[in-house]
Amino acid sequence: MPPGDDVVLRVENLVKHFPLKGRIPFTSGGVVKAVDGVSFDLRRGETLGVVGESGCGKSTLARMLVGLEQPTSGAVRFGESVVHTAKGRELRALRRRIQIVLQDPYTSLNPRRTIREILLQPFEIHPDVLDRRRRIDRIRDLLDLVGLDPDLHLDRYPHQFSGGQRQRIGIARALALQPDVIVCDEPVSALDVSVQAQVVNLLERLQEELGVAYVFIAHDLSVVRHISDRVAVMYLGKLVETGPEASLYDTPRHPYTSALLSAVPVPEPAGRGQRQRILLAGDPPSPVDPPSGCRFRTRCWQATETCATTEPPLAAGVHPVACHFPLAA
Amino acid sequence: MTLLEIDDLRVAFPGPSGPVNAVNGVSLKVDPGQTLAILGESGSGKSVTAQAVMGILDTPPARISGAVRLHGRELLTLPRKQRDRISGEEIGMVFQDAMAALNPVFTVGHQIMEVLRVRRGMSRADARRRAVELVDRVRIPAAKDRIRDYPHQFSGGMRQRIMIALAICLEPDLLIADEPTTALDVTVQAQVMELLAEIQRDSGMGLLLITHDLGVVAEVADDVAVMYAGRIVERGTVEQIFDGPAHPYTEGLLASMPRVDRRDDVLYAIPGAPPNPARLPAGCPFHLRCPRATDECRTVLPPLEVLPANRASACHHHEEVLGATRR
Repeated sequence: MPPGDDVVLRVENLVKHFPLKGRIPFTSGGVVKAVDGVSFDLRRGETLGVVGESGCGKSTLARMLVGLEQPTSGAVRFGESVVHTAKGRELRALRRRIQIVLQDPYTSLNPRRTIREILLQPFEIHPDVLDRRRRIDRIRDLLDLVGLDPDLHLDRYPHQFSGGQRQRIGIARALALQPDVIVCDEPVSALDVSVQAQVVNLLERLQEELGVAYVFIAHDLSVVRHISDRVAVMYLGKLVETGPEASLYDTPRHPYTSALLSAVPVPEPAGRGQRQRILLAGDPPSPVDPPSGCRFRTRCWQATETCATTEPPLAAGVHPVACHFPLAA
Repeated sequence: MTLLEIDDLRVAFPGPSGPVNAVNGVSLKVDPGQTLAILGESGSGKSVTAQAVMGILDTPPARISGAVRLHGRELLTLPRKQRDRISGEEIGMVFQDAMAALNPVFTVGHQIMEVLRVRRGMSRADARRRAVELVDRVRIPAAKDRIRDYPHQFSGGMRQRIMIALAICLEPDLLIADEPTTALDVTVQAQVMELLAEIQRDSGMGLLLITHDLGVVAEVADDVAVMYAGRIVERGTVEQIFDGPAHPYTEGLLASMPRVDRRDDVLYAIPGAPPNPARLPAGCPFHLRCPRATDECRTVLPPLEVLPANRASACHHHEEVLGATRR
């Protein structure tokens, strides 16, 4: 079924398993279930936040969305095309429409190229997008758009910029071909606190002006709340809860979401000691051998036998939750 | 009596174009049982300040001046051996990256036992018993078995606990924690901060917490020193700092932080980036990014001025800032 009019990206039951080598040569050591059945719709011009702890599979998800990683099963649909089966002309067209901004602004820009060369590269790969003579004007506009000075910065190298400026360049590069979707994988986590807000505000302004949709992947729950329209919470390769930003943060229904939110320190010393904090025991289990039934049950304070035997599904709806005993709203 | 007293601490490193002044005259105090947070961004000099107190900066290349007193005894002028003994026994240290701080080729039990045997002269059996107690104290399950494991066999949060066990094994009076939870997930961060607070309550040691995380500071600190470009720009109790900052940098930091418990429409963004410590601007180091900067700020370096209620701010316009931020 092709996605509806306002759905720009449809993710259907996406799975990525990485095989492990065994101790004995030529044997298998099992699989890392990095992403294990993730589905969602991304609507035109909206921001979907994806939160989760390290190892929950959020970066693998990001790489599959843009076609950098081949899924074990499932599909990413963009219009009539499927990201991982498209070939030739169709694939090139797809790559134009879905772009990515990476976490580390220090390693995601080629140190031997000037900003001019870095920003012209997308047009060399997709020469039919824009006439050669108009490209310089376009990249000057792009730099202007992300708050850099084309006259000053065009012929500099990445090392001559601060972390925040480099992230702006990465964003300008992602915008060059006027995509419909930008996947942002931890775009502000490497930046200083005082610079994070600049980049967050820039992403919001660009969305207003250009109508691009974001998949915003981050571990920082506060930043995700600020920028997202809808939020998906990931645990051990699965989505456990999705919902509109306000509803999910104010009335979390999955115990994991609730614990995650309560662990975030609030910058208000007055309320210290009065806030209810759910301290989860231990670390997330290994994705090689996830718990049976509900994957969160080993750290959940209200788990029962049902949770060990039956896996709770993530139903459809506005604010679905994958839990047998969701918290009261 | 004051536990730790830092007086006009300055640290400079030689750079290709003259000295890089990482710390430019920092003065502060930590009392027993008190938690003082040094809040700052990368390059603000917060970690170098901690390293100078711990005595782990190599001199040369670093040039250190000023005074660092523990229990009133000057540390900076002590001979190397005595200095090492004091910083080993009376100051515990916890770092951000436990994988780099622990020795990968020895078991964690061996590393804890080694300290106890060398410093306390314990027998192997006594040291092992104490190591198990300590690992148990930082709430690692099956401590008796786990002390035979190597650092890589622990998760990030567990390794951080091992480092805390190592830091408290000689019952120090002062614990210096440099970004102890920055590499951890938020649920694990909450566990580790809770553990640190509990150990501090039980032992009454002072805690010097170095961090860039405003949320962590608000949760655990008694007092806060905000650093910018190698200087303390504001100092006060945690309530003073968060409820009514007296420096535009603190004001900007608080306004630029998104909240998990509510949604703000627009974040305030401090323009520009922190200055390069090798090329600090004239006057106030923050004036290039400050919405309140005047001609005075561009030429005259504001001193850290003590204000009523025992707080301090290094801003020519602190009254104006306080008037705007006080609730």
